[in-house]
Amino acid sequence: MGSKINIKNLNFFYGADQALFDISLKIPERQVMAFIGPSGCGKSTFLRVLNRMNDTIPIAKVSGTVKIDGKDIYAPKTDVVALRRKVGMVFQKSNPFPKTIFENVAYGIRINRMHKDKTDLEERVEKALKDSALWDEVKDRLNTSAFGLSGGQQQRLCIARALAVQPEVILMDEPASALDPIATQKIEELVVELKEHYTIAIVTHNMQQAARVSDRTAFFMLGKLIEVNPTERMFTHPDEKLTEDYITGRFG
Amino acid sequence: MERLIDEQLGILRDKLLLLGGTTESALRNAMQALTGRDSKLAKKVVKDDKIVNKMELEIDRLCIEIIARYQPAAYDLRFVISVAKITPVLERIADHAANIAEAALVLNNEPQHREFVDLPFMAEVAGEMLSDSLNAFTTEDGELSRQVIKRDKEIDRAYDKVFGELIEMMIEHPALTNGAAHLLFVAKHLERIGDYVKDICELNVYLTEASFIKHSKKK
Repeated sequence: MGSKINIKNLNFFYGADQALFDISLKIPERQVMAFIGPSGCGKSTFLRVLNRMNDTIPIAKVSGTVKIDGKDIYAPKTDVVALRRKVGMVFQKSNPFPKTIFENVAYGIRINRMHKDKTDLEERVEKALKDSALWDEVKDRLNTSAFGLSGGQQQRLCIARALAVQPEVILMDEPASALDPIATQKIEELVVELKEHYTIAIVTHNMQQAARVSDRTAFFMLGKLIEVNPTERMFTHPDEKLTEDYITGRFG
Repeated sequence: MERLIDEQLGILRDKLLLLGGTTESALRNAMQALTGRDSKLAKKVVKDDKIVNKMELEIDRLCIEIIARYQPAAYDLRFVISVAKITPVLERIADHAANIAEAALVLNNEPQHREFVDLPFMAEVAGEMLSDSLNAFTTEDGELSRQVIKRDKEIDRAYDKVFGELIEMMIEHPALTNGAAHLLFVAKHLERIGDYVKDICELNVYLTEASFIKHSKKK
């Protein structure tokens, strides 16, 4: 399986403070890569580098290359809007728009003019809701407010919203950390299903979650990539002592 | 700072070593009962096997509890898995010791016709291997474990020799067949103990090096 994302010698600065140090990493296509590490280790910053979400921070500066499908996303002529369509993102806290369930999913399709007509729009919304395993729970109340959904349903709605614009990569920043165990399990099952069509990068503080859902795991500490390995290896015999100490809870 | 799991892993280690020590004693006493014609000691070995069974269950329960409550990873996971797999092996070694003691009870009721050929040698090697395998577990010594594995051949060679001698004895003295058959069982028990100690050493290597050497040509 080829690499979807290829990062070389990535450095990231918030003003004079360096947050990421010389990161080189490949994320294989249609796999789940989990990013673990203590708070402040740079894993969320790294995730936001992948769709240039950090561009909104004026003092942010990036060096090195980040290629998706062989194209450097930090090249001057990059269409950042198109990039973010291709690389969708789901956040820790679900953030539905103050609109109906239908409109939340239809929004991205509409502004990107992806649909041919009303029927096509409805079909796309239905597909996104089915792909995010939410359809059966909301099909009879599509025109009610998204705020009426439970936390777990709202998070799956945000995943549906990301899927509606047909991304290729999905970035998830602690997508289940505010959810109860059942809602968390649904999100995890969804992640595993989604990798059939998408490349997924997930940041999580829950080590067991990384162990359950990911194919490969990367461990970050103090802005450095300490180790990346197949998840099974990472959780049974990691190469680095720092990784071992972190995943066995010797520090955190 | 000590982690919550550390105390549990410490208890697990102690329980395994206690089981190992009890198993070593069972083997030593079973052979003493046989060679010293001590039926009282043989009966004690048979009776004490129940203690070993109880210890096995306690360790099983603790392994399950640690996995359920602490979700061990990396070294911790390998440690719990190794202990969970070494425990039934030690229990089986203790079973073989009890079987040797049962054979001793039969043989002690028959006249002793000759020395116990190479059985004490087999028992000595098996005892040393068992002791070294437990030391290698405690000190996490993969190299010592590999050396112990190689010693199993000494037991196998001695077994072949004992087997031949006992068959010869049966042919030459048909009246001794019953006793010789029981000695043959003892030899087989000792040979199996050598195999089981090998299993323990392979798990020691998994614990220390995370590599599977069982069923592999690379030892």
